[in-house]
Amino acid sequence: MARTLAEKVWDAHVVRRGEGDEPDLLYIDLHLVHEVTSPQAFDGLRLAGRPVRRPDLTIATEDHNVPTVDIDKPIADPVSRTQVDTLRRNCEEFGVRLHPMGDAEQGIVHVIGPQLGLTQPGMTVVCGDSHTSTHGAFGAMAFGIGTSEVEHVLATQTLPLRPFKTMAITVDGELAPGVTAKDVILAVIAKIGTGGGQGYVLEYRGSAIEALSMEARMTICNMSIEAGARAGMVAPDETTFAYLSGRPHAPKGEEWNAALENWRQLRTDEGAEFDAEVHIDATSLTPFVTWGTNPGQGLPLSERVPDPEAIADENERVAAEKALAYMDLTPGTPLRDITVDTVFLGSCTNGRIEDLRAAAEVLRGRQVAKDVRMLVVPGSMKVRAQAESEGLHKVFIAAGAEWRQAGCSMCLGMNPDQLRPGERSASTSNRNFEGRQGKGGRTHLVSPLVAAATAVRGTLSTPDDLF
Amino acid sequence: MEPFTTHTGVGVPLRRSNVDTDQIIPAVYLKRVSRTGFEDGLFAAWRADETFVLNQEPFRAGSVLVAGPDFGTGSSREHAVWALADYGFRVVVSARFADIFRGNAGKQGLLTAECEQSDVEQLWKILENEPGTAVTVDLTAKTVSAKDFTARFRIDDYTRWRLLEGLDDIALTLRHADAIAEFEKSRPAWKPVTTPLGAA
Repeated sequence: MARTLAEKVWDAHVVRRGEGDEPDLLYIDLHLVHEVTSPQAFDGLRLAGRPVRRPDLTIATEDHNVPTVDIDKPIADPVSRTQVDTLRRNCEEFGVRLHPMGDAEQGIVHVIGPQLGLTQPGMTVVCGDSHTSTHGAFGAMAFGIGTSEVEHVLATQTLPLRPFKTMAITVDGELAPGVTAKDVILAVIAKIGTGGGQGYVLEYRGSAIEALSMEARMTICNMSIEAGARAGMVAPDETTFAYLSGRPHAPKGEEWNAALENWRQLRTDEGAEFDAEVHIDATSLTPFVTWGTNPGQGLPLSERVPDPEAIADENERVAAEKALAYMDLTPGTPLRDITVDTVFLGSCTNGRIEDLRAAAEVLRGRQVAKDVRMLVVPGSMKVRAQAESEGLHKVFIAAGAEWRQAGCSMCLGMNPDQLRPGERSASTSNRNFEGRQGKGGRTHLVSPLVAAATAVRGTLSTPDDLF
Repeated sequence: MEPFTTHTGVGVPLRRSNVDTDQIIPAVYLKRVSRTGFEDGLFAAWRADETFVLNQEPFRAGSVLVAGPDFGTGSSREHAVWALADYGFRVVVSARFADIFRGNAGKQGLLTAECEQSDVEQLWKILENEPGTAVTVDLTAKTVSAKDFTARFRIDDYTRWRLLEGLDDIALTLRHADAIAEFEKSRPAWKPVTTPLGAA
């Protein structure tokens, strides 16, 4: 029978089919661990006297809490320090490989997996973090889990799960210059809503997706969760194989050939049926920006702040009114007139080398506007080193931006990188929730290109606005 | 996990959709390494506003939260479930739950009762007209009721069975340890391991 990509990956990992209402028991190929969602899971193991079943399929890093300055000093916040120390002790005790703060391979968990070549097509990948969907860009089934499930995977290397429904998101046509993967995914979320993907794994396909680099595909898959989806996937192709080839943990020699043969089967069969389908015309897309407090509240940057009165659905109208009140925005204001005080370039969504290159290209020879603070936070130490080898850091510094160390940083403000109450950011991260970047902070989600142009003008802008 | 059969407690109307887990508990409370004591972080930003529903007297002691659609979106933080449970909530009623939140709740004995939005609105009216009204949630019958109003709710049968029995997932899975070991033998050699390169 014809199967979708998601169904093929699922079927290849079923340890045991559930009977009746029972879920399937799914084998997990790779478990990524960080300091925030793991301490209670390791505690659970200790209490039950259970070992980590497969430390060799588990890898940890420090990302959410770590400061992005002075990383050679102990973490100033004692609560953050305790959490990081706890991870170090747990990894030592249970034999899990850890890339701590300062290590050359340290970085955001969803940046380092692909970078090391650990994320490969057809794998199941989990992490106690909802943006695990990032890894689906390789044709892996990758999804976020809670701490109880983290403990479950540590103990059994499996998860009991019912198969996800499948949704095809087909993006055909060519993206206009200046329109990026971030704009595509923000448009997808605005179209299907923050709950539109609930219960589904999304498969992104079509000529616009096929034309994207691996990093751009990761940006798209990363935000699948913002549409409520369990996971997002892109079928692996030559772009995927070229990215993987030569990575530290990619197969070598004969094993590479065996893997490649397997990976080439990982496509949705002709005639396979999805449970739902969405079509998007890539040629219709323009730079996108959010105006509200959930990632579905977005519009093309050329539009105006919407008027809640014009929204028919009562729940959505009330949500829009609350969002505008929180964001301190007036209906009808051109989005381009919105002034920001902070620009954040980074995160597991847009903290990779291509993102930094794109932003640096805009900033080259220009200045960050007076009264705007711009933070550039590479997604990993490797990304940082690569950027420095290309001289990008000099472009950022010359423009007046702050060049930081790697971590999650202002995406969620668990470290000192936060918005102050009332401050407004243009952010390349993934969530514009109330207070997400700091209590009382206001967030507009944007692409790296829009972030850089906004930093120069001080109002939401595209690079075209700079000429 | 404590078995769950029925629960009766004060219903709290939360007239908001898209209540994301950053609202349920902000990231600053996630730095702790303990599994209990998260009640102070519950809706921390909203509770700073004295007009917020949980700051109103009869609702303060609430244990059944009745919320708008798409409850629990965003971050996978199980702390959101711990915060609700530590505060005293046993049930959340909503027309739609985010998948990860629903899964986390099921592991911790917090019941996610999925109702029609029209039923949620009926409950809101009852709870707002008579603050302090008790809501009864019957997991065996899959009903939620207040005063003379009763609505059916949806929950998948497997989660319902685990909640009714108070079963621990890991113990259930370890019954299949042989099947896991068997599966591992068939994994292709080219699949990656995380063992540091160059290490034995």
